[in-house]
Amino acid sequence: MSAETHEVHRHPAPTGFIRKYIFSLDHKVIGIQYIILALAAVLVGMTMSVLMRLNLSWPGTSWPILETLFPAGAPGGVMSPEFYLSLVTMHGTIMVFFVLTTAPQGGFGNYFLPIQIGAEDMAFPVLNMMSFWVTLVGFIVILAAIVVEGNPAIAASIGASLGGASGGTVGPIGGWTGYAPLSAVGLPAGPGQGAGMNLWIVSIAIFCIGSLLGALNFITTLLNMRTRGMTLMRMPLTCWAWFTTAVLALLSFPVLLGGGILLLLDRTVGTSFFVPGGLVFGSTVMNTHTGGSPILWQHLFWFFGHPEVYIAILPGMGATSHILSTFARKPVFGYRAMVFAIFAIGLLGFFVWGHHMFISGMSPYSAMTFSILTLSIGVPSAVKTFNWLGTLWGARIRFTTPMLFAIGFVSLFVAGGITGLVLGQSSLDLPMHDTYFVPAHFHLVMGVASIFGMFAALYFWFPKMFGRFMHEGMGKFHFWITFIGVYCIFVPMHTMGMVGMPRRFAQFTEYEFLKSLHPLVVFVSISAIVTVLVQFLFYFNVIWSVFKGKKADDNPWEATTLEWTTTSPPPHDNFAGVLPTVYRGPYEFAVPGAPKDYLMQTEPDIETAVAGAGNGHNGHKH
Amino acid sequence: MGRALAVIIWILTLGSVSLFFVKKWWFPTGISSHAPALDRQFLITIIVVGVAFTAAQVALGWMVWKYRERGPSDRATYSHGSNRLEVIWTIVTAVIFIGLGVMGQSVWASLHFNQAPAGAFQVEVVAQQFQWNFHYSGRDGVFGRTDPNLIDDSALNFIGLDEADPNAKDDTTHSVIAIPEGRPVELILRSRDVIHNFWVPQLRFKQDLVPGMAIRVHFTANRPGKYELACAELCGQLHFKMRSNMLVLPADEHAELMSLPQEQFQTRIGELLNKYPLPPNN
Amino acid sequence: MATSTKSLPKTGMRGGPKPGRPNGNGSPNGNGHAFTPRFSASRYRIGMWVAMAAILMMFSALSSAYIVRAASSNDWRSLAVPPTLWVSTLLILVSSVSLEIARRKLKTNRTNSTRLWFWISAALGIGFLASQIFAWRSLVRQGIYVATNPHSSFFYLLTATHAVHLFGGLLALLYLAMRKQPKAGDDLAMAKGQAAADVTTLYWHFMDVLWIYVFFLLFFWK
Repeated sequence: MSAETHEVHRHPAPTGFIRKYIFSLDHKVIGIQYIILALAAVLVGMTMSVLMRLNLSWPGTSWPILETLFPAGAPGGVMSPEFYLSLVTMHGTIMVFFVLTTAPQGGFGNYFLPIQIGAEDMAFPVLNMMSFWVTLVGFIVILAAIVVEGNPAIAASIGASLGGASGGTVGPIGGWTGYAPLSAVGLPAGPGQGAGMNLWIVSIAIFCIGSLLGALNFITTLLNMRTRGMTLMRMPLTCWAWFTTAVLALLSFPVLLGGGILLLLDRTVGTSFFVPGGLVFGSTVMNTHTGGSPILWQHLFWFFGHPEVYIAILPGMGATSHILSTFARKPVFGYRAMVFAIFAIGLLGFFVWGHHMFISGMSPYSAMTFSILTLSIGVPSAVKTFNWLGTLWGARIRFTTPMLFAIGFVSLFVAGGITGLVLGQSSLDLPMHDTYFVPAHFHLVMGVASIFGMFAALYFWFPKMFGRFMHEGMGKFHFWITFIGVYCIFVPMHTMGMVGMPRRFAQFTEYEFLKSLHPLVVFVSISAIVTVLVQFLFYFNVIWSVFKGKKADDNPWEATTLEWTTTSPPPHDNFAGVLPTVYRGPYEFAVPGAPKDYLMQTEPDIETAVAGAGNGHNGHKH
Repeated sequence: MGRALAVIIWILTLGSVSLFFVKKWWFPTGISSHAPALDRQFLITIIVVGVAFTAAQVALGWMVWKYRERGPSDRATYSHGSNRLEVIWTIVTAVIFIGLGVMGQSVWASLHFNQAPAGAFQVEVVAQQFQWNFHYSGRDGVFGRTDPNLIDDSALNFIGLDEADPNAKDDTTHSVIAIPEGRPVELILRSRDVIHNFWVPQLRFKQDLVPGMAIRVHFTANRPGKYELACAELCGQLHFKMRSNMLVLPADEHAELMSLPQEQFQTRIGELLNKYPLPPNN
Repeated sequence: MATSTKSLPKTGMRGGPKPGRPNGNGSPNGNGHAFTPRFSASRYRIGMWVAMAAILMMFSALSSAYIVRAASSNDWRSLAVPPTLWVSTLLILVSSVSLEIARRKLKTNRTNSTRLWFWISAALGIGFLASQIFAWRSLVRQGIYVATNPHSSFFYLLTATHAVHLFGGLLALLYLAMRKQPKAGDDLAMAKGQAAADVTTLYWHFMDVLWIYVFFLLFFWK
């Protein structure tokens, strides 16, 4: 390298604190900002789930702290049904949007996609920065929805100007799906339908814009900025996953944005997109609306909502493939099949949204089509599972914490995904729809499995991001309890669903047929509380390790891809002025005859690497 | 570490499978004519699911148990995969999964592809926030006219029945649904306000009630008794309390009930609710 | 060198770098290469196509809502075509042509007239927006508001959504018109200016086609 080439930078490293850490254009800083946002959001969402479990297991119990925090929502410390339902809504919305969409894509994708393809930054750094700040505004707006509805004083003053607020809840009521007309007619429909619901829609609309900016960046970066030799089929599977996720986001978020605008117009201007005529709430006859279609909202929502499921899980799949291969010390089994499977899942994901609506009153013939298409999406999912098992077959596994979480991902993905075979059948949806079988299914596969992918990713890439390892002992303890805990939480929910326990019930006290389930309900709640407590150890581990963790060198895991060729943490332009050239695929472990058990993507001539062995030459001539 | 993980995976697998296997928490006994076929389809599906789940977890545990690294010079098998295996497992899973989906369509088709058979007993269902209203046509078998503008909760006219309509004279309404045993039932489902869902676990049947739509569904209940009816679509604050009962009555008892005028009808339903116990709780 | 590929499976996934890949970076100097400040116009083109795909999805969603809503109830009252929309259509069509002229002139570096053509296009764009606002006001004068009936709701919604997107394009046009001319020989600045003009023109044509689509959907489909 000549000296001059080192001096060339696309944009120089910033020096001031604000440009360096706050309004940074560096994709690595933005990635960490996204991860911090997700860690904050998941704390809120997780706390809400504990509150819900407390109410379900021990209904009517007084929790004095609740009365202190939410005097209107928990009079006497006893959670009101509207409080519970707003928790359901906010838990779902915050987890799906601000955790499962931000951390895997905006967080790890932002940080590692450019490095893994050998680029010095994202294609459009300014858009990248805006994408994070827009998303953060979305998060602040959704927190405002809690405050506006949750505090009577604020509900009375600010709430009135935002569309009225009933108070007494901690946010809007509608589930994360916000079905019209409950969500579309405002206060006549009861508590949780006032200002908070307006803010909920606005927050999601803002989030859509932030995600679209991100997706635009990911796609352009990947198509345009791969370094020399980084052909598509040499990209790590993580990059394929992030790319497909970005395409899904690009095509699905605009639809939700459009739907959200229509819903907001119905609520505020009095249009009738989703609100039919002649609705009667108590003694109020709503003559302001005519002829809207509630099912139209469901179509628009789920056209986004189903791809969103894959937006949440695909990056986890990518990270799992990547980490499994690294610690199995073995190439990914069936790399091409994995790429095709990601594509197939992404593509089919756009044609199955109707399986959320089998019992909604849509045409039974389209239900049949959606049903068959839904079951066929199980095929690429199964192919991925087989390939993960194939990767482990004949491996030499190193049981690090990231590897444990990656193996946990495979286990949970199977456990959660496979019940899709039940729910995907329109006939079996008759007993199962809107029972606990459904939350059991999607929490395991899109919630917990995705989060396990992210845990694996964080433990794996932490040394690269901060130059220090996370504490292995704490990490392993975190894994064992969480892994066992989530099975104990979500597997019993399947049987609750079979008995017929409906979702989104504030209490199960009203029905005789639900009483036999009480022991299971309590068991699930205790498991949930234990599992959540262990997450605080994880938070502690993250913070402790940033400052005190064991120092890591450039390639502590003996991995092969480009992020491990640069320093830990990488310099501002990722590769200190010299972009790497790529000579081989991403997962060259255990190459026969090679001196080490892994070959970096940047190692130029395999002839040197396999010197002395007569059996391994790749085909190209220099 | 590898062995411990393998053992934990296997224990969790065993625990999960046995939770289904012991059948302590299972579907309540089905009472509809489509329930046996549906239960069979569920059983086939859950067996496929259980076998695939167990096989995958056992295999995962076995890999983890067997293939741990044993030393610095110990190397993995170098393989980038096998196209033959990819083709085989793609085809096998496609056949099984899509086959299951196709099999499941027969129950769906029997319920949803045909109109209710002639002679079906009709009930109009009008749901409102946290309350069920069932509208019976009475002796003449013709429903009286309803109009949302006539709804008056204080006069107990929850469905907006037009008293001036001669067809409405013998109509009755109640929050309990009473249907005949062994005869097809057609529900005409409406909602006054938001989306609700008609859900009786024993019926193995569920359908949204969408405001602005009148959705017609049909089924046949075969076992007399009293069953709990729930709303299974989030409908607002007291969603969890939107409970009622479904009475499945022998044909003669049902016919007699339907011939009664409103006041005696209400009394009689009260008696029938006492007469039939809820099914035993497992 | 032996070139046997059989002993290692799937060698296709390894092998050396393929020469001459169009990836915006790269200079062939061994293992690792410096990045040069060479400007990548294709990046902006790709980004614009991707952005247009997103906008297209949003309009598809609104269109399908339009079609479903029109068929789902009998409360649909079709509006008559506000006559000014024909003026809007004419203005935006002409603006597309004038912008294309500007873009081509920029390529041949006839800078003074280029600036004029950018101004003409921007003025036509402003004229389009004014004409749209005039159409809204004429409807309001007739007492037709957003919530009056589903067709008017969709009319305001679709035209406003289009106008917002077009306004973004208009800002880009004004930027191009007011941009300082790069010094002769400043290739980087020239390339940037050309790329900005190319991408803006692409977007503007897209807005043009989108308007014709919206106009057709609103008044000639149903």
